[in-house]
Amino acid sequence: MIQHAAILPILIPFAAALLQLAAKGYGFAVQRAIGLLGALLGIFAAIWLVQLADAGSVLVYALGNWPAPFGIVLAVDRLAALMVLLTALLSGAALLYATAGFDERGRHFHPLFQLQLVGLQGAFLTGDLFNLFVFFEVMLLASYALLAHGGGLARTRAGLAYVALNLAGSALFLIALGLLYGTLGTLNLADVALRLQAPGIDIALARLACMLLIAVFALKAALLPLSFWLPHAYAAAGAPVAALFVIMTKVGIVAILRVQAIALAPATATADLLDNWLAPLALATVLFAAAGAFAATRLRDLAAWLMLGSAGTLLVVPAFAQSTVTAAALYYLLQSTFVAAALFLLAELIAARRGAIADDFQNGPAFHAPWLALAFLLAAASAAGLPPFSGFLGKLMLLTALRDSGSAAAIWFVLLVSGLLVMLALARSGSRLFWARKPDLPSPAAPAVSGRQTAATLLLVAPVILLALFARPVADYAARAAAQLHDPQAYIAAVLGTHNPEIKRETRP
Amino acid sequence: MEALLATAIAILTACGIFLMLRPRTFSLVLGLTLLSYAVNLFLFASGRLRMDAPPLIREGAAYTDPLPQALVLTAIVIGFGMTAYLVMLALRALSESGDDSVDAKEKT
Repeated sequence: MIQHAAILPILIPFAAALLQLAAKGYGFAVQRAIGLLGALLGIFAAIWLVQLADAGSVLVYALGNWPAPFGIVLAVDRLAALMVLLTALLSGAALLYATAGFDERGRHFHPLFQLQLVGLQGAFLTGDLFNLFVFFEVMLLASYALLAHGGGLARTRAGLAYVALNLAGSALFLIALGLLYGTLGTLNLADVALRLQAPGIDIALARLACMLLIAVFALKAALLPLSFWLPHAYAAAGAPVAALFVIMTKVGIVAILRVQAIALAPATATADLLDNWLAPLALATVLFAAAGAFAATRLRDLAAWLMLGSAGTLLVVPAFAQSTVTAAALYYLLQSTFVAAALFLLAELIAARRGAIADDFQNGPAFHAPWLALAFLLAAASAAGLPPFSGFLGKLMLLTALRDSGSAAAIWFVLLVSGLLVMLALARSGSRLFWARKPDLPSPAAPAVSGRQTAATLLLVAPVILLALFARPVADYAARAAAQLHDPQAYIAAVLGTHNPEIKRETRP
Repeated sequence: MEALLATAIAILTACGIFLMLRPRTFSLVLGLTLLSYAVNLFLFASGRLRMDAPPLIREGAAYTDPLPQALVLTAIVIGFGMTAYLVMLALRALSESGDDSVDAKEKT
């Protein structure tokens, strides 16, 4: 059983999706029960995987028992296990929220949700670049349908742009893979890392292939010239779907981190591939997002812009390829994911209480919901990076880790100024939403907010405090994960085996 | 042979990108389809071009790299599914707005 642990996070949602499709005739209650059970099992499997990975060695699972680099492998290091756990927790909360009624607004919500999970978990676990493409596509296909779930022209239009852009991205991904295979003769990440260091490869073509690959990941991660789709698509999605989508930009960021640390940085041919352009573009993304947050007119738009800002902050990191910087980024990634997801759910809960005005920043009818105001305060304070919450700690760790780098002044300036802008935007929107009343407006009828929606939102707000309270163990784990990520020799040895350093290769024209 | 394939891929890509930049969803779909044809041919060529060689390894016989063929098959299936979904979405946008433009406004 223990050797099959690596595939459980993929198998559980896949089995749940199949069962839900089979149980379609028995109504939503059965589908919901299967989905929630699957989410719970997924969380347990992810916790187990984190424990296994934290033993220190990379778990390698050869699919179909074909050894790498000929077969496809799943490789679980601490980073992959951490991302699997984050996805499991986030999706659990989003699913709990969706079972309160959102899932009934269209067909097949539950199987699509589980299939999206298959794609997400697979993308974090796989050790093969073509397999990464396949899991990306599984994730995207499900996300296309989930984005349109609930209907309406806004969602259809946002979906059309989102699908077209990602199809173009997929085409680019395939071109990159074709170039990589044509140049290096392999698509296994560990083997790619070895081949990039080998003599006699066409360096120009290999660099081009790696650059295209990074460009595709940057599209998913919403780096500035490729990020205009994000606020539009995320603000149009339904609240639980948007909460789940928060993890999708992180897939791109983790893919860049992994490819950079394992394949690009150790090879002299590609070591400087991310230098001098990724960090400036990432900082531009942060400023762009801060300006967008300031101009947002609805809370869900604001949440989407904040998410873009955190993605930009994280994209500063890969170019440094330093274990301390990556460790700080992993902590920041955890807390920013929870906060952004919580803000999307809060936006819908607040909108439900304000009648026709919804979550627009206008003076609205009076409503009384102290827990909602408190949850918004916690999430907003953390998103703005105010002490003592986890957002502050994350930003502090990142700024401290980057203090000794050459471009520290620019990074500090941009991150602190954007933090100030975000804080002003959140303070303005919060006072509009909760305090600015229009007395002559009749209070809308009390909305039927179910306990599950409340519980799911509070579960996503809780990490704001929990990650701050348990910052030491989490940051320690992040440090170990980053140290492991930046030791590619161990990863390569685990995937390819130490006894087989020189794989017999065909010579090709 | 190489020149012919490279020219075909180049023409398909250029037409695909041109059509993708048009403001109608129909040409967008056509453009993406052409682009995926170009990509499939490109993937196929990444295993080198060989005549009269099966993708099966046998003692002494000529063979061609089977992996790109498997990759192309996967890419075709995925691209096909994606395009079908995009067509559905475009039809839905058309029925909701009465307009085939990619940034159609609500029907009034």
